[in-house]
Amino acid sequence: MSPTDPLLEISGLSKVFRRGGLFSRERIKAVDDLSLVLPNKPSVCAVVGESGSGKTTLARMILRLEKPSSGRIMIGRSNVFGGDTNRLPDLDFRRLVQPIFQNPFESYSIHLPVDFYLYRTAINLGQATELEDARSVVDEALQSVGLELERVQGKYVHQFSGGELQRIAIARALIPKPRLIVADEPVSMVDASLRMTIVNLFDEIRKTLGISFVYITHDLSTAYYVADQIVIMSQGQIVERGEPGQLIEAPNHQYTRILMDAMPQIGVRWPELDTL
Amino acid sequence: MIHLNNVRAGYSTADGFVAAVDGVSLQVEDNEILGVAGESGCGKSTLLKVLYGHFGGSLSLASGSVHAEFYDAESGETVTHEGHQLHKLWWRKLSYIPQGSMSVMNPVARIEAQLIEALPPAILQRGGNSVLEEIKSFLSELNLPVSVLKAYPHQLSGGMRQRVMIAMACFFYPSLVLADEPTTALDVVVQKNILLLLKTIQRRQKNALVIVSHDLGVHYQVTDRIAIAYAGKIVEIGPTREVFANPLHPYTRALIESLPRLGERSLRRGIEGRPPDLASPPTGCRFAQRCSKSEDICRQISPELIDRTQKHAVACHFS
Amino acid sequence: MVMLRTLNSPRIVGGFLILLTFIVMGAVLPWFAPADPRAWQSYPRNLQPSVQHLMGTTNLGQDIFWLLSWAIGNSLLLGAIVAFFSTLIGVIAGLIAGFKGGFVDRVLSFLMDATIAIPSLPILILMASILKGKATLFSISLILIAFNWPFPGRQVRSVALSMRNREFVYLAWFSGESFKNILLSQIFPYLRTWSTANFINTVLVGIAVESSLAVIGLSSADEATLGTMIYWAIKYQAILSERWWWIGPPVVAIILLFVGLFLLASGLERRSQKARGR
Repeated sequence: MSPTDPLLEISGLSKVFRRGGLFSRERIKAVDDLSLVLPNKPSVCAVVGESGSGKTTLARMILRLEKPSSGRIMIGRSNVFGGDTNRLPDLDFRRLVQPIFQNPFESYSIHLPVDFYLYRTAINLGQATELEDARSVVDEALQSVGLELERVQGKYVHQFSGGELQRIAIARALIPKPRLIVADEPVSMVDASLRMTIVNLFDEIRKTLGISFVYITHDLSTAYYVADQIVIMSQGQIVERGEPGQLIEAPNHQYTRILMDAMPQIGVRWPELDTL
Repeated sequence: MIHLNNVRAGYSTADGFVAAVDGVSLQVEDNEILGVAGESGCGKSTLLKVLYGHFGGSLSLASGSVHAEFYDAESGETVTHEGHQLHKLWWRKLSYIPQGSMSVMNPVARIEAQLIEALPPAILQRGGNSVLEEIKSFLSELNLPVSVLKAYPHQLSGGMRQRVMIAMACFFYPSLVLADEPTTALDVVVQKNILLLLKTIQRRQKNALVIVSHDLGVHYQVTDRIAIAYAGKIVEIGPTREVFANPLHPYTRALIESLPRLGERSLRRGIEGRPPDLASPPTGCRFAQRCSKSEDICRQISPELIDRTQKHAVACHFS
Repeated sequence: MVMLRTLNSPRIVGGFLILLTFIVMGAVLPWFAPADPRAWQSYPRNLQPSVQHLMGTTNLGQDIFWLLSWAIGNSLLLGAIVAFFSTLIGVIAGLIAGFKGGFVDRVLSFLMDATIAIPSLPILILMASILKGKATLFSISLILIAFNWPFPGRQVRSVALSMRNREFVYLAWFSGESFKNILLSQIFPYLRTWSTANFINTVLVGIAVESSLAVIGLSSADEATLGTMIYWAIKYQAILSERWWWIGPPVVAIILLFVGLFLLASGLERRSQKARGR
C-alpha cells in the first residue's frame, strides 16, 4: 500500500435482503449505494445511526461476514470481495482487519477460558510459533489495554465484567497488528462507568499503534468525543458526514438535527418540557 | 405514599441469599417523578419490585418493612397496606411496566381486547362500551392514534407498543406507576417521545411515578428527584437539579463526570474496577475499593444515608 | 464436581444404576457361564426355577439364566454399536450441513429428510425377509444405523445453524482458526451433553427395533438376544403352556432395561437443556 492509497475505500455499496418465504418479492435495502473513505493516516471514523439504519450490515460487510449485493470495498489495493486475482486470502485479511463485537458476553464460548482466543490469535495470526512466544505476545497485548495476564489466565466469561471482556476483545484484536479495527457498538452493552475506559483506548491505540477504527454506534456523544470523522446513517444511506465540530455546530441534514435534539443531554433541558 | 424502612430483600440462590436491596430506607411522595439510577447489578429493578410488593415468587423480603398509604377517592379514606398485601392494589392503585414489556403482549389478541382484559372489575362494571369510549378519549388526549386499538401487537412498532403499555398502565388513574427501564432498547428519538408521554401523564394525573434507568441523561430530563443505587444500597438521593449540579457521593460524581457531552472533548474517565459481588458484599462502604478518597474507616463502617442539605442525602463518611 | 451435580438428578442416578446392573449382567456374567447357553439339550427340559437353574430351563434344554445373560450382553452390544455409529455419522453430517450450508446442506438435508420420511419398519421387515436365515446381528446393525443416523443428524444441523452466527464463532474465525478447529473447539462442547443423551436413547431404539424384528422371527435366530429369546419362547408355546419362567425373564429384562435407559437419557437431556436453552 502506498501512502497515498486510502486505507478503506467503499464505493457504491448496497445490500438487499429478501424477506418472507420462497416466493416473496419483498426486498429490504439495508445498505443503499453507500460510499465512504478512510485515509491512510490512522483515524477513527464513527458511523452513527439508529436501529435499522444499516450500520451493522455495513460493519459486517467490511468484516467480510456478509456479501454485498453490489459495490466494492477496498482495503488498500485489495478488494475485500474481489475476483480470484484481487481477493485477499483469508489469513491475510484477518491480519488486516479485526472486529470488536457488541455483546461482550456472547463473544466467547462459555466452555473455554477467555484467554483461549488470545493464544490462538497469537499462534495463528501473531508472530508466535511456540507457546512461550505466544505467552509474551498475549501478555503484551493485555498490558496495552490495562490488564494483567495473571488476572485473566484460565478464567471464564462469567468471571469478568462487560468492560473487562471488551478490553480483552480489544487486546485480542491488537495481536495481529491490524490496520483497521471494526467495532460494532462496542460499548452499548457496557455499564456507563466502564464505558469511557474503552472509548479512550480507541483514541490511545490510534495514537500509539497507528490503527484506524470504524466505530459503529447509536450514541452521538461518544462519537463526537472520539472520532475524527462522523458519518450519520439513516435507512441505508449516509445522510451527513463531516468533522465532529462542524457537524454539531452546523448540521446540514434534518435527521442530524432531530438526532441531536432527541439526545437526553445532561445540562441541556429539552425545551418541550417547559410546556408540560 | 410508600415508605420503605430498612428493607433487605433478595433472592435465594445456590450460593445463599443474595440481598439485591440491602438496608434501603426510602419514601415515594405523591405527585413526584422519582428516578432510580444505577448500573447493572445495583439492585434497582429489585427495588422497583419491592415497591410493587411483588413478593412470593423468587423475591422475598428478608427484613424491614414496606408501608403504603393511598387515598381512595371513592370512599374518601386513606387506606394503608403492608408489603405483602400490596398485590391487592395491583391494577387499582399501583401499576407496573416491566422491562421489555413491549414484547410481552399476547400476539394473537387485538390491543383492544388486551386492554379491557387488564382492567380491574370496578372499572369494567361501568359497561364495556362506555369503557371503550373512555379508553379512546384517553388515547387521543395523549395524541395516540385510536386505530391502535384494532391492531395486533406485531403490527405496531416497538415504540408504539410501549406507548400502548404505558396507556394501559395509566388508564385507570393509578396512584403509583412503576416503570422499569421504559425506554431501553428503543431508539433515541422514540425514547424522547415516550419520556415526554410519561411526564405528561404524570403531570395530568398528579400521581407518583418511579422510573428505573441506567441512563443518567434520562433522569436529568424527566425526574424531579433522583436516587443513585450502588451494590444494593442507595448512596445518594435528592432533587435532580441539585444532585447533578452538586453530586456529593464520589460514585455519583465519577459517574456524571465520565459522561461525554456534545460540544466538548475534554478527557472523560471511566471508573476502575467493578461493583462488589452481592452474594458476598464487603464490610464497610461498598464503593470503598474503587473510591479515590477511601480511608480505613470506609472499609470498616458502612456509611448511613444522611441529609446534608435540604432533602439532599448522601451515604459517605467524607461529604 | 461433575459427579456431585449428577447426583442431584434422581433420573440420572436411577437410570445409571439400572444400566450398571444390566451391564454387569451382560458383560461380566457371561464369562462365568458353564457352557454355551445356546446349546440344545444341555439340561433336562422345562425345569422350573431352582437352585441349580435360577430361572429354569427352556423347551430345548437350555438354562434360562445363562441364556439371559448372553442375551442381555448381545442386545446391549448391538444397541451400543448402532448408537455409536449412527450418532457419529449423524453428528458429522449435521455439523457439515449446518455449518457449510449451500449445496452441501441441501444434499445432506434431502438425504436426512428422505430417510426419515420412509417408514422404516416395513423396509426392515422386507430386508430381513430377503436376508432370511443369513441375517446376522452385524447386518441387522448396519440396517439400523442406516435408518437412524438422520435423527441426530437433523438435530445437530439445527444446532449448527443457530451457532453459525454466534459472535464467539466469528471471534474464533478472526483468531485465525480453521473450519475444523472451530467445529471442535467452539461448536462441539455445546453438543456434549446432548450427544450423550442421544446416544443412550439410540441404544434404546436399536434394541427395541431388533427385538421387534426378532419377535416376528426376522432377526438372527441363532444369536441370543432378548428379542430372539422371546421369539423362541413363543415358538415353543411358552405362553400357552404357562411356562412363565421362560417368557417372563426376557420380557421383564427388556422393560427394565428400557426404563433404565430412558431415565438416564431424559435426565441428561434435561441437564443439557438447562445448559443450552435455560
